[in-house]
Amino acid sequence: MIYHPPIEVYAGRVREVVLGRGNKALKIGGENILPLHLFEGSVANPPRFALEVYDVEPADWPDWLLEPFGEVVSDPVNWARKCVNDFGAEAICLQLESTDPAGEAVSAEQAAALVKKVNDALDVPLIVYGTGDEKADVRVLSKVAEVCDSENLLLGPLLKENYEEIGKVALEHGHSVIAQSPVDINLMKELNIKLCKSFPANKIVIDPVSSGLGYGMEYSFTIIERAKQLAVIFKDGMMQMPIIANLGGECWKTKEAKAGREQGILWEAITATSLLLAGANILVLRHPESYKLVKEIVSG
Amino acid sequence: MSIKGTDIVKKLPEGGKKNCRECGLPTCFAFAMKLASGGISLDKCPYISPQVKAELADALAPPINLVTIGHGENALQIGNEEVLYRHEKTFIHQPGIALLVSDEETEASIERKINKVRELRFDRVGLTLKADLLALYFESGDKSKFEALVRRAYEATDLGVVLISDDLDALFEARDIYASRKPLIYPITEENIDRAIPRIKQSPTPVGVRAETVEQLVPLTLKLKEAGIEEIVLDPGSGNLREAIAAQTLLRRAALKQKFRPLGYPTIALPCFMTKGELKEFVAASVFIIKYAGIIVISNADQYSLLPLLVQRLNIYTDPRMPLAVEEKVYEINEPNEQSPVLLTTNWSLTYFIVSSETEASKVPSWLCVKNSEGLGVVTAWAAGKFSADTIEPFIKRCGIEAKVNHRRLVIPGKVARIRGELEEAMSGWEVIVGPREASDIPAFLPELVKKWK
Ligand code: SF4
Repeated sequence: MIYHPPIEVYAGRVREVVLGRGNKALKIGGENILPLHLFEGSVANPPRFALEVYDVEPADWPDWLLEPFGEVVSDPVNWARKCVNDFGAEAICLQLESTDPAGEAVSAEQAAALVKKVNDALDVPLIVYGTGDEKADVRVLSKVAEVCDSENLLLGPLLKENYEEIGKVALEHGHSVIAQSPVDINLMKELNIKLCKSFPANKIVIDPVSSGLGYGMEYSFTIIERAKQLAVIFKDGMMQMPIIANLGGECWKTKEAKAGREQGILWEAITATSLLLAGANILVLRHPESYKLVKEIVSG
Repeated sequence: MSIKGTDIVKKLPEGGKKNCRECGLPTCFAFAMKLASGGISLDKCPYISPQVKAELADALAPPINLVTIGHGENALQIGNEEVLYRHEKTFIHQPGIALLVSDEETEASIERKINKVRELRFDRVGLTLKADLLALYFESGDKSKFEALVRRAYEATDLGVVLISDDLDALFEARDIYASRKPLIYPITEENIDRAIPRIKQSPTPVGVRAETVEQLVPLTLKLKEAGIEEIVLDPGSGNLREAIAAQTLLRRAALKQKFRPLGYPTIALPCFMTKGELKEFVAASVFIIKYAGIIVISNADQYSLLPLLVQRLNIYTDPRMPLAVEEKVYEINEPNEQSPVLLTTNWSLTYFIVSSETEASKVPSWLCVKNSEGLGVVTAWAAGKFSADTIEPFIKRCGIEAKVNHRRLVIPGKVARIRGELEEAMSGWEVIVGPREASDIPAFLPELVKKWK
C-alpha cells in the first residue's frame, strides 16, 4: 500500500485588506489555504494581533490584568504607546466604552478627539470599536471618521441596522469597516452582500462575534471555520473578507479568567488559539502575556 | 460507513438474488442495507465466501479504528471519528488528557501528581470534567525505579495509563504489571518493532507507534496488523507545532477521505516534550484538542492548566447539531413567593447555568422563566427569531407563571433591550423591565429592584 499525501489545492482566496496608511500600513488576509495549512501553500500575511485599549479606566479588572500596564490605564494615549513599544502590538484596538448611552455617554466630538490623539501617537494602525449601540455608534463612528479623515482606521461594528449610515461616512473619509453579525453564517453573508452594494469589498473585515472559552466559544469557532471554508474552498466572494476575532473582553469578563493569573492568561490564550485555528486573520487580545504565548504558537 | 448497501448486495450469494432468508431478513437486499447501517453482523449469512467476507469486513469497518485504553468505568475510548470539521457532523470521542509522571521526579511530586489526577474534578453544565490517564515515563535509566513508579500508580488508582519507555524490557515488564488494565505501550518504532511484536502478542494491549513522518508510519502499522494487532495509536513525531498540524491533518484526511487503512487509527500528541515554558505547553495542547489528537500528554495538571483545556475540549466536542439545552419551564430560585420578581431567559444550558447561579447568588427569591429557544443563547435566539415578542407572549401564558405571582412585571435580559416595546404591546397588563446585559450584574441588580418595589 502506497501513501499519497492528501494535499489539497484551493480555488478561492481571501481578500487582502490594508489597515492604516503610509508606513503604518498593515495587511491582513490574502491567503488561499485553510488556517495554518502551511504544508499546502504559503500565506502573504500571517495572523495579526492587536492589543486592546479602553477610553475609560477599567473598574473591575483583576490585579494580574492591570499589573502589566501600571499607571497608563488611566491614559489611553500612553496605554496604546506602551502596548506597541513594550509589548510589540501590531495594531491597537481602541474600545470606546465611554460612549455607551447607558453609561457615561461621552459626546461623539469628545470621543473622536481622543481617537485622533491616540492615532496620531501611534506608528501602528488603529481599530476602533463603538459599544454596539446601533444609534450611538452612528453618531460616534461618523464623527471619528470625519475627524480622522483619510487615516484608514478600521471602524466597527457595522450592524444590519446601521451599516448604511456608518458605511457611507467611512467611505467618504477613506476608512475600512467591520461588518458584524451575531453568530449566524446566513446573517453574516446577507450583511456582506448588502454592504458591498455601497462599499468596496476589499475594505471590509467581518466579525462573527467572538465568545469566550466555556461561554459559547464553539459557536464562534464553527462560524469562523465555515466562513473560511466558504471563502477558500467554495470561492464564495461574499465570504472572502478577512475575519476579526475581538475576544479579549469576552474572555476576561468570565469568572474563570478572574479567578487567577495563570488561569486567566490561559483562558484568553486558548480562546485565541482556537479562533486562530478556525481562521481568524486578526485577533484582539487584552493581556500582553497571552498575546505573547499565542504569537509564539503561530510562529512555530 | 465507506460502502453503500447497493454495492454490498452485488457481492452477496448469487449476486444478491439467493434470498433464502436464513439471515432472518426477507431478502439479500434487506440484509445488505442493514449491514451498511451497521445493524447486523456479517456472520448471519452462512453463504458468503471467506474472501468476500474479508473484503466486506474491511469495507464496513469504521475508517478510524476504535481503541480502548484502561478498563472498567475509567476506560478511555478514542478513534472512530467520522469528520474533519465539527460542523460536518460532530467529533465523537474526546481526546484523553494524560498527565506525565517521570520516574526521575521526587517522591513528593509523584504523590502530588497521582492525587491531582484522581481528585481534580470540575462540574460544568451538569457534566463532570476530569483528566483521563497517567503517562508513566521511564527516564531515569534505572529499571527498578520505573518498576516502582508503575507499581505505585497501579495500586493508587485504577485510571488507565500510557507506559513510555525506550527500553523494551522495561516497557514489557511494566505492561505485565498492568496487563489486566489495557495500558497503551509507547513507543514502538522502526528500530524495535520486530523485537516487540512477539512480546506484544504474549499479552495484547494497545500499541503506540512512533515514526519521523506520516509516511514512515505505514510499514509499521502494516506489520502490526499482519501480526493481528489492530489497537494502534499513531505518533507522527512532529518537532514543532506547524509540522504537527500538518501531520495530524494529513493523517485524518488519509483515513477519512482516502480510506487509507494503514493510517486509520487515532493519534497521540506529546506537547510535554515539544515546548519548554510552562504556559506554552498548554497552549500547544489546545492546538491538539482541535487538531485531531486522541491522547494529549501534558507535564503538569493544576487547576489553572487543566480547567481551560477541559472546557475547550467540552466546547469542541459538543455536538453542533444539538446544542445542550434545558427543559422549558419556570424554575424556582431561593424559594420564591407571589411577590418575587419574574425573570426571563433562553434554554441554552450555559445561559441557564449562568443566570440561575447568579440569581441564586443574589439571594433574592425569584422565578426564572426559561423559554425554549432550541438551545440558543439570548442574542442568537433573538437573531434567529426564537426570542421575540410573538413567541414570548404565548410562552408566558402557557408556562403558568401568571398563577404563581400577584404582579405583572417581567425582567428581560439587557442584551435584548430592544424587544421591550413590542413585548409590552403584545403582553397587555405586563410591565417589561430591562435587566442587566451581563449575568454577573444580577447580584447587584435584583436587590435594588426589589427595594424599589417596596
Ligand atoms: S442468508 Fe445470505 S443469502 Fe440468504 S437471504 Fe440472507 S443474505 Fe441472502
